[in-house]
Amino acid sequence: MAPVSDQPHPGSSQEAMSYTVSPRRKWFGTFMTVLVTGCALLLALPLFSILWTVISRGAPSFSPDLFSQLPPPPLMKGGGFGNAIVGSLIVLAIAALISVPFGVMAAIFVSEFARGTKFANFVRFGINVLSGVPSIIMGLFAYGVVVLTTGSFSALAGGIALAILMVPIVERTAEEGLKSVPMETRQGAIGVGATNFQTISQIVLPAALPSIATGVTLSLARASGETAPLLITALFNQYYAKGVLEPIATLPVLIYNFAGAPYKNQQELAWAASLLLVMLILVVSIIARSLSRRQTFG
Amino acid sequence: MAVSDTQPNSTHPSLSDVVIRTEKVNIYYGAFHAVRDVYLDIPRNQVTAFIGPSGCGKSTLLRCYNRLNDLIPSARVEGRITFEGVDLYSKQTDPVEVRRRIGMVFQKPNPFPKSIYDNIAFGARINGYQGNMDELVERSLKSAALWEEVKDKLKQSGLSLSGGQQQRLCIARTIAIKPEVILMDEPCSALDPISTLRVEDLMHELKKEFTIIIVTHNMQQASRVADMTAFFNAEASESGGRFGYLVEHDRTQNIFNQPKEKSTQDYVSGRFG
Repeated sequence: MAPVSDQPHPGSSQEAMSYTVSPRRKWFGTFMTVLVTGCALLLALPLFSILWTVISRGAPSFSPDLFSQLPPPPLMKGGGFGNAIVGSLIVLAIAALISVPFGVMAAIFVSEFARGTKFANFVRFGINVLSGVPSIIMGLFAYGVVVLTTGSFSALAGGIALAILMVPIVERTAEEGLKSVPMETRQGAIGVGATNFQTISQIVLPAALPSIATGVTLSLARASGETAPLLITALFNQYYAKGVLEPIATLPVLIYNFAGAPYKNQQELAWAASLLLVMLILVVSIIARSLSRRQTFG
Repeated sequence: MAVSDTQPNSTHPSLSDVVIRTEKVNIYYGAFHAVRDVYLDIPRNQVTAFIGPSGCGKSTLLRCYNRLNDLIPSARVEGRITFEGVDLYSKQTDPVEVRRRIGMVFQKPNPFPKSIYDNIAFGARINGYQGNMDELVERSLKSAALWEEVKDKLKQSGLSLSGGQQQRLCIARTIAIKPEVILMDEPCSALDPISTLRVEDLMHELKKEFTIIIVTHNMQQASRVADMTAFFNAEASESGGRFGYLVEHDRTQNIFNQPKEKSTQDYVSGRFG
């Protein structure tokens, strides 16, 4: 122990120090704690409110018929929206088939071949702009490119509109996943005589797969609820579509149509469809979360 | 022993069986002149150690031997490096083929994010190995002194092993492609002393079959494992940058006990670096 010096510590004064917090500071601290807690709770409120409303309004009309029956005409009882469920799945499948290869390939280009170049930055900037474009514009684009040229509203047009919406999300998550694979791992593969293609396809891509899968599921969750681009591309169909070049029913458009209808049965079906859609997105988001936990690196 | 003026750091004259010949090699990163005028011959089935202070270009030179510097767009190699008489940097030479014949173990253990088994099988498969894969995996892991520790968990990820085990796995996967030369870039710098000793013991075994070049910061390691030692140093150039060059290349005991150059003497006796 060092000897205690006679000199008082510079911070301590002659009179006894007060260790109590001033009432004003205490009050302010409490106020701020309550404020931020309140804001956090308020943020969660809309989610629970939506969930509560959708469940309480949609659950009573939930029945197996919903999945098998067709939408009923006005004033008719019962019915379902089997065609819209199948239609949504078809449109999403088309969108995924287009957006996943494009998004992943673009991510491979940016991360593996053009990393740090001006062109890579330009591509990333373009993708950021694209992700900010309102979804109805994507719909108008698909309308102009597909609907006008083929002469018909179709599942294909809807799929393309949603694909453009999904591509930025897929590209960004895939790029992040690829970049999380350490440079040393690539060099190891190159070092045992792997070609560029072998390194990327057998070492880098598999390691980035959890991230890519997360991106794909998140983008699917986002796209599955989009209504505006589908209104002017996929339109609607009272029946099951016979092909991808025909108008097709989807859940969001069904909700849009029936929620505004003056018939009680159709309104109830819209609530049931809303419940189904929210559940679907919830499940997909949970899948995405669990996939992202299985990251190979960091 | 006379040192000629034209080749100030000329290679040791007693070498008869040369695998890699380095003639007047200069390496640049963009405008930066990293390595200047290296002449160096690597003898077959021996361990050659590259020692020297940081920034002296020893790792840079090592990475030229399997054309790993190709991955850095600004890197440029001048001069001539021949492997078994073939110019490694001629236009006809396929860098992928070079890397299959000159394997590399890196500073940081970098197993693939795959099972232990597939870590070994990957290199063999892409090199068109047709034989019994199970046998190759077992033989490679035994050569790398890792088999006993992992034989019951070949399906587990290579990343689940300890650092020392990962480095031996990386050595095993290099052995599996049957290269003629193994380059080791500070292979023990991330390992604990016990793992380091195991890797060093392994090198004594491996040199029976392979030619080994090891870059190391650890002079004791060089004296323990190397038959030949090349000492590199860095010097300020006229333009203000620093370039690395080969000071002396000789049998390891000569480098450590009776070096010809003063800077080698100063370095091995711990006076700088």
